Amino acid sequence: MTPLVVHAFGPEALLVETADVLALRAVLATPPDGVTDVVPAAATVLVCFDSSTIAPGAVRAWIDRAAADAGRIDDADASPIVEIDVCYDGPDLVTAAAAAGVAVDTLISAHQRAHWRVAFTGFAPGFGYLVADDWPYRLPRLAAPRTRVPRGSVALADGFSGVYPRATPGGWQLIGVTDATLFDPDRTPPALLVPGARVRFREMS
Amino acid sequence: MSLRIEAAGPGTTVQDLGRPGLRAVGVGSSGALDRQSHRIAQRLVGNRESAAGIEVPLGGLRLRATRDHWVVVAGAETPVYAGSRAIDLWRPHLLRAGEPLELGIATRGIRAYVAVRGGLALPPVLGSRSTDTLAGLGPEPLRAGDELAVGRTPLPLHLVDIAPWRVPGEHIEARVVPGPRRDYLEPGAWDLLTGETWTASTAADRVGVRLDGPLLRHRGSAELPSEGMIPGAIQVPPSGIPTILLADGPVTGGYPVIGVVLDLDRIGQLRPGATLRLRG
Repeated sequence: MTPLVVHAFGPEALLVETADVLALRAVLATPPDGVTDVVPAAATVLVCFDSSTIAPGAVRAWIDRAAADAGRIDDADASPIVEIDVCYDGPDLVTAAAAAGVAVDTLISAHQRAHWRVAFTGFAPGFGYLVADDWPYRLPRLAAPRTRVPRGSVALADGFSGVYPRATPGGWQLIGVTDATLFDPDRTPPALLVPGARVRFREMS
Repeated sequence: MSLRIEAAGPGTTVQDLGRPGLRAVGVGSSGALDRQSHRIAQRLVGNRESAAGIEVPLGGLRLRATRDHWVVVAGAETPVYAGSRAIDLWRPHLLRAGEPLELGIATRGIRAYVAVRGGLALPPVLGSRSTDTLAGLGPEPLRAGDELAVGRTPLPLHLVDIAPWRVPGEHIEARVVPGPRRDYLEPGAWDLLTGETWTASTAADRVGVRLDGPLLRHRGSAELPSEGMIPGAIQVPPSGIPTILLADGPVTGGYPVIGVVLDLDRIGQLRPGATLRLRG
């Protein structure tokens, strides 16, 4: 693995940049005492710790050692496919298509055709960041995020798609809405979308 | 063994010390925003600091006990009445069965904390009784008509006369350290952040508080891939208006973080319109 770029994120967290989040997350799976969270994202892993239990330098040394051991993670695909029915009538549909440089219908059909996968989770319980090799568009976030995005909103930002599990603030472009329950703490597992899951969107008839 | 809520302003929630260690599954820490006030309140009625109480933004809470309960109100300076009698903040009071406890409107700071001996005995969700307003976990925000069960504690009640504590007022100072994405902002942005006086916007809740002041310009138009966030992170969207993320803030986000605020208890007492200096 190439040398790590590590940023301090306040006194009790380190943000590690990596080209291979899956591999780095795998080797950080058994943290030492005092490390409280290991949070993978698009191109980083955030490591939070309790500085009264472990020193920042010791956390950094653990990350460096683990990264040196990182091998390729076998990503063979046997995960189930989650199908999500969407009504494509979001308030940003027209501007999203314009930003992508295509007609609205083209954007909608590409969204359904794409072979989405959950790259990582976060933002809110049940929110999965979906990526697809056959999704060609990269869309900007809103310059000022909405203070309230409705539950079930199907959205695009950067190269991702995602579904808001409940009404939250948000800065993604909204292209539609689904009735699917993305997160239910009384369900096992509570999240519909877990890392690695495959996802297909279907237009609601 | 319960408290009945007769009136509650918006955003009144049950809080304890939250859900640490679940960020990887998308669950943030949540918990009392002014943890120091929460901890002192719980200790004043002989509870463990991890017991659950009520966080009251701005005021407007009225509740009634079904039997005698030791209670205390701490945090924001708020007129508090037990029946028709004004009672002190930071001082335990034996609330008699049927006697109403009423909080007026806070005059200094914004969040008051109500603790009851025994703690609120609501069912924990993922190990905590905190309401996470972003994640939608834990009890619903409190409303008139809610009945809150009260637990028991084996700990002795060490009655103190009064706890000498005061929340910050109309001007708050807090320490800030550089964040991981300072270089996404124009070179002068850090000096503006640490040199200017900011005003807390009305866009403020348990998720975050937006700061009014000079705009912090992005250096370019490069988008940042979403990455892990923590409470205290100061995110700057392309609009240039910074937001300090709080306990219910998202666990990941896509706006660059210019700095991290260290004194979050103080930020939890920041009223809309109050001013804030961030000391680098």
